Amino acid sequence: MYACSDPQPPNLGGSKIMKKEIIISGFGGQGVLSMGKILAYSGLMEDKEVTWMPAYGPEQRGGTANVTVIVSDERISSPILSKYDIAVVLNQPSLEKFEPKIKPGGILIYDGFGIINKPTRKDITIYEINAMDKAAEMKNGKVFNMIVLGGLLKVAPVVSDKGVEKALYKTLPERHHGLIPLNMEALKEGAKIITEVK
Amino acid sequence: MAQEKEVVLMKGNEAIAHAAIRCGCDGYFGYPITPQSEVIETLAELKPWETTGMQVVQAESELASIYMVYGAAGAGKRAMTSSSSPGIALMQEGITYMAGAEVPGVFINVQRGGPGLGTIQPSQGDYNQATRGGGNGDYKVIVLAPSSVQEMADFVDLAFELAFKYRNPAMILSDGVIGQMMEKVVLPPFKPRRTDEEVIKECPWASTGKPKNRERVVITSLELKPEAMEKRNLALQEKYRKIQENEVRFEQQQMDDAEYAIVAFGSAARIAEKSVEIAREQGIKVGLFRPITLFPFPEKQIAELSKKVKGILVAEINAGQMVQDVRLAVNGAVPVDQFGRLGGIVPDPEEIVEALKKLI
Repeated sequence: MYACSDPQPPNLGGSKIMKKEIIISGFGGQGVLSMGKILAYSGLMEDKEVTWMPAYGPEQRGGTANVTVIVSDERISSPILSKYDIAVVLNQPSLEKFEPKIKPGGILIYDGFGIINKPTRKDITIYEINAMDKAAEMKNGKVFNMIVLGGLLKVAPVVSDKGVEKALYKTLPERHHGLIPLNMEALKEGAKIITEVK
Repeated sequence: MAQEKEVVLMKGNEAIAHAAIRCGCDGYFGYPITPQSEVIETLAELKPWETTGMQVVQAESELASIYMVYGAAGAGKRAMTSSSSPGIALMQEGITYMAGAEVPGVFINVQRGGPGLGTIQPSQGDYNQATRGGGNGDYKVIVLAPSSVQEMADFVDLAFELAFKYRNPAMILSDGVIGQMMEKVVLPPFKPRRTDEEVIKECPWASTGKPKNRERVVITSLELKPEAMEKRNLALQEKYRKIQENEVRFEQQQMDDAEYAIVAFGSAARIAEKSVEIAREQGIKVGLFRPITLFPFPEKQIAELSKKVKGILVAEINAGQMVQDVRLAVNGAVPVDQFGRLGGIVPDPEEIVEALKKLI
């Protein structure tokens, strides 16, 4: 594997091959990195190729945090991207930073609570998810990111709910397994409340 | 601990820690620094001293870490440390002593931007330091550049094998991208730590206690007689020639019909792989050449490459370091451009495509 390798098989680019390049961005503490992690683990559970690349550093302590997650049926080249298929933005600075970086025809998802100046692009599909409100309604702020993930997977089924559940069982320490049904419920709520903005 | 052959998702830094335990490492001595602190964190969590007997010490400084490695390795043990750029700079004294005394050891540089304390974001600014020895004197360390989490795991054992084969320090030159990103990885199978008897047999040069029937071993880089010191230097140079001859590793992608080549290592090679995809969609016939060993540098292979292409772009996350080695190898045969970003900014794939278009 270390010596001169054969050239890669050509990328057929057919519609069968799934590859989604996703950026998730928001305030540190909103669960952005964890959401990306759960998504990546779910991809792993379904035998897909995955990369999870965080913006590491002081962002984790209150500033904006973001993570690039790529889920693909084939080998992933760069973990760092200039354009994304899907952007999930959970605060205003993230929207401003990543709206211009979505590929034409791509998807933008934002949480209604964090965004005052709405997105303006016409060549992408835009969804709103009021996950902050829903989390308050569920009386559990911690499930916020799972609600968002549920919305994301509704409009872009990169992985199945089953895959997410498997990932949670696999990655959470056993003492937290009791919380998995609540997280799965949050995922389902997210799928219900996400709406396309026209 | 994860089962053998199981596919797991983890950070490059975590993979280093798991791989160290699995490849029979005897001791890790380190001092935390972003972006590589997960190495010692993971080791602390896995507590290998309770299973394989591998010792893990958080030293009081980087200097202490490298001398602990020197000491353990002087006794024939598989010892390692890891740090990030400013910490590796501090270790250079110990590394040149190890090279001079021909003591094998493994150290990992998860690079961040410099100079000085610089930034905690990724960089490849230590290429020159790594490939030119880094400390004082005429010496080389073996340098492996992983471009995936899998290679982070695989190269730990490889680095130890090479270090002991040539009695020379070996470095894994990584960076904040590969250290911090999570990917799928198959961890290497468990290999037991060598027993004392095995160490004595395999490392006759090591200070393992003096029996009556042999001379004492002396491990030092000091030799005050210039004639003897020159001889020792010549022997080192001969060893480096052997390493150059036997240990070059590289990878090529889409080079068969390529009219241009991007040469990149480590994380920059991953980014450039995407640049190749983008450029080919635009009809540019370009391939990727990735040196895996930086010393020994694949100079012959790059000279060969320059006969097949019209131009070469070197993409690296620094102001232009590996490009010097590429230009030496190419020797004026074709134009060689360089593209890099500095200060912790990681280039994106399209920037590299733009730089490639300027070359064309």
